[in-house]
Amino acid sequence: MKKTESPGVKLAKKTLFYVVATLLVMTWLLPLVIGVFTSLKSMDELMADPVMWRPPKVLHWENFVDTWNKAGMGRYIINTFIVTVPSVVGALLVSSLAAFALAFYRFKGSRFILITFVAGMLIPFQMLMIPVFRMSNAIGIDDSWAGVMLFHMAFQLGFCTFFMRNFMKQIPISQIEAPRIDGAGEFTIYSKIILPLSLPSLAALGVLEFTWIWNDLLWSLVLLRTDALKTVTLGLANMQGEFISRYNLTAAGSIIAALAPLAVFLFFQRWFIEGLTMGADKG
Amino acid sequence: MQSLRRRRLDFAPWAFLALPLAMYLVWVIVPIFESFAFAFTKRDSIIYGAVWVGLDNFKRLLGDGQFWLAIKNNFAWLLFFVLIPVPLGLLVAMLFNSGYKGDKLFKTLFYLPMTLSFTIIGTIWMWIYNPDFGALNTFLRSLGLGDIAVQWLGDRRYMTGALIAVGIWRQVPYVMILYLAGLQGVPPELVEASLIDGANAWQRFRRVILPLLMPATVVAVTISVIDSLRAFDIVYVMTNTKARAAEVLASYMYSSSFAFSDYGYGSAIAVVQFLITLVFILVYVNDVLKKEDAR
Repeated sequence: MKKTESPGVKLAKKTLFYVVATLLVMTWLLPLVIGVFTSLKSMDELMADPVMWRPPKVLHWENFVDTWNKAGMGRYIINTFIVTVPSVVGALLVSSLAAFALAFYRFKGSRFILITFVAGMLIPFQMLMIPVFRMSNAIGIDDSWAGVMLFHMAFQLGFCTFFMRNFMKQIPISQIEAPRIDGAGEFTIYSKIILPLSLPSLAALGVLEFTWIWNDLLWSLVLLRTDALKTVTLGLANMQGEFISRYNLTAAGSIIAALAPLAVFLFFQRWFIEGLTMGADKG
Repeated sequence: MQSLRRRRLDFAPWAFLALPLAMYLVWVIVPIFESFAFAFTKRDSIIYGAVWVGLDNFKRLLGDGQFWLAIKNNFAWLLFFVLIPVPLGLLVAMLFNSGYKGDKLFKTLFYLPMTLSFTIIGTIWMWIYNPDFGALNTFLRSLGLGDIAVQWLGDRRYMTGALIAVGIWRQVPYVMILYLAGLQGVPPELVEASLIDGANAWQRFRRVILPLLMPATVVAVTISVIDSLRAFDIVYVMTNTKARAAEVLASYMYSSSFAFSDYGYGSAIAVVQFLITLVFILVYVNDVLKKEDAR
C-alpha cells in the first residue's frame, strides 16, 4: 500500500539528502578542521594569512614534538591516564553493588535510594566544591591523585548505579532465584551470575565514563595544585596563558589531548550512544 | 529455616549498598548540606575560622549587581539552550534518520564535538572569535560585512552570546543523539498508515511523529536546561572568569570562592544555583519515576 514515487523524485530526494547532510557536517566540523590546520602551520604562516580554514602550505609536524616535550604534554597525558582508568574501574565496580541491590531486592527505602542517586548525578558541582576540598584536606588527600579519583568514583556512582540498575532489571528474576534455591550465597549470585550477564552495560558505561572523567576540568582545578600532578585539560588551560603567542603549539596539544576520548568514541560508538540515550527511548 | 533465609534476604541489599552509599554520602550528600551551612557563615579560609552571619550573605546577594548579571546571563543560557538545540537537534536527527546509505558516517561525524573537552573547544573558538585574525571576522570581512566584525569576547555586549553559541554548537549533537534513540521507538507502520490517510509530511510530523517523540523531548529539554545551569567550563576557559560581564552563577561562585577567598559568599551563590537547578532535577526525577511505574 506504499505510495509510489517516480524514480526521478526518488533520485532528487536522495541527492538532496547527500548535499544537505554533507554541507551540514562540513559546517559543523569547521572549528575542528581549523584546529587541525592550525596545529600543522608555522607561526609565520599563521601571522601572514588570517584565513584559518586554508590548509597548511607545509605540514609542521614538529609542533607536536614541541608540545609533547616543551609544554609537558607527555606528562599531562600520563597523569590523565593514571587518574582516569582507576576512577572508571572503581566507579563501575562500586556502583554495580548498588545496582544489584536496587534491581533484585524489594525493601523499604529502595525507591528513595534510587531517586537519591538519580538526583545526585544532576546537581551543580559548585554545591560540592568547598566541602569536598575541605574534607579532602582534612583527611590528607587534597592535591593528590587519590583525592581526585575518589571524588570521581563517588560522584559517578549516581549515573552508573541508575544505568546499571536499569540494565539489571531486564535480567529475568529466575536467573537469581534458581541458584538461590540451590543454596548459592547472595554475593556468589552477584559475582558469578549477574556481573557476567551485565558485561554489555559495564562496557557501555566504561566508555562513557572514560570520556567524561578524561575531559574533566573542574575537579583537577579545585583539587590539584602541584603542576607535576595536573591532568591534560588543566595543562592545556595553563598552556593557553603560557604559550599565548604560539597557538599552533596549543592546537597541537589540544589534538593530543583529544586522541584518547576520540579513539574510545570511534571504536566503541555503539556502546557510547546506548549509554547516552538511556531514558530517551523508553517511553 | 525459612525465617533465617528471610532475614538473610532482608540484610543482603544493605550489605551491597554499604560501600556505595557510604561513598555517596561522604562525597555528595553531606557536602550538599555543608554548603547550605557554609552559606550562613563568613569565612576567608576553607579550613579555619567561620563566623555565623545568618542571612547576611543572601542579603548581600540581593544588592550585588554582579550576582544579578550572573542570573541574567544564566537565564539567557537557559533560554537559548532550549530554543535552539532542541528543535535543531530534532531536525538533524530527522535528516540523518532518513535511512540512506552512509547515514551512520554523518551521525558519527556530527557527534564528534560532544567527545571533546571544553578546554579544547574553548581554545579553538577563542581563535575563531579573535577580533584581528579570527576566522569569524575574516569571514565577515570577506563578505564585506566588516562593520559587524566586532570584539566578540572583548565587548561586554557580545561576550555571553558568543559563549552560548559555543555551548549550543556542542549541545546540538547531544540532542540529536537523544532524538535518534527516540525515533527508533517510532514504528514505521504508524507513519505509513498516516500516509494512506492522506496526511502530508507536515501533518504526519505534527500528529504522529512528534507525539511519539514526547519522552525524548522531555529528556532533551530537562537535560539541556540542567546543562545550561551548570555551564562553567566554557566560561572559565574562554574568559578565565576575568571578563566579569560574561559571568554565570557557576563561574561567579568559583571566582568569589577561589579568587576572592570569600567562601561563605561563594556557598550562598552555590545554594541559589542549586535551588534553581533543583526545580528541573525534580522534573527529571518525576519523569524517571513515571517511566518506572509504567514498567
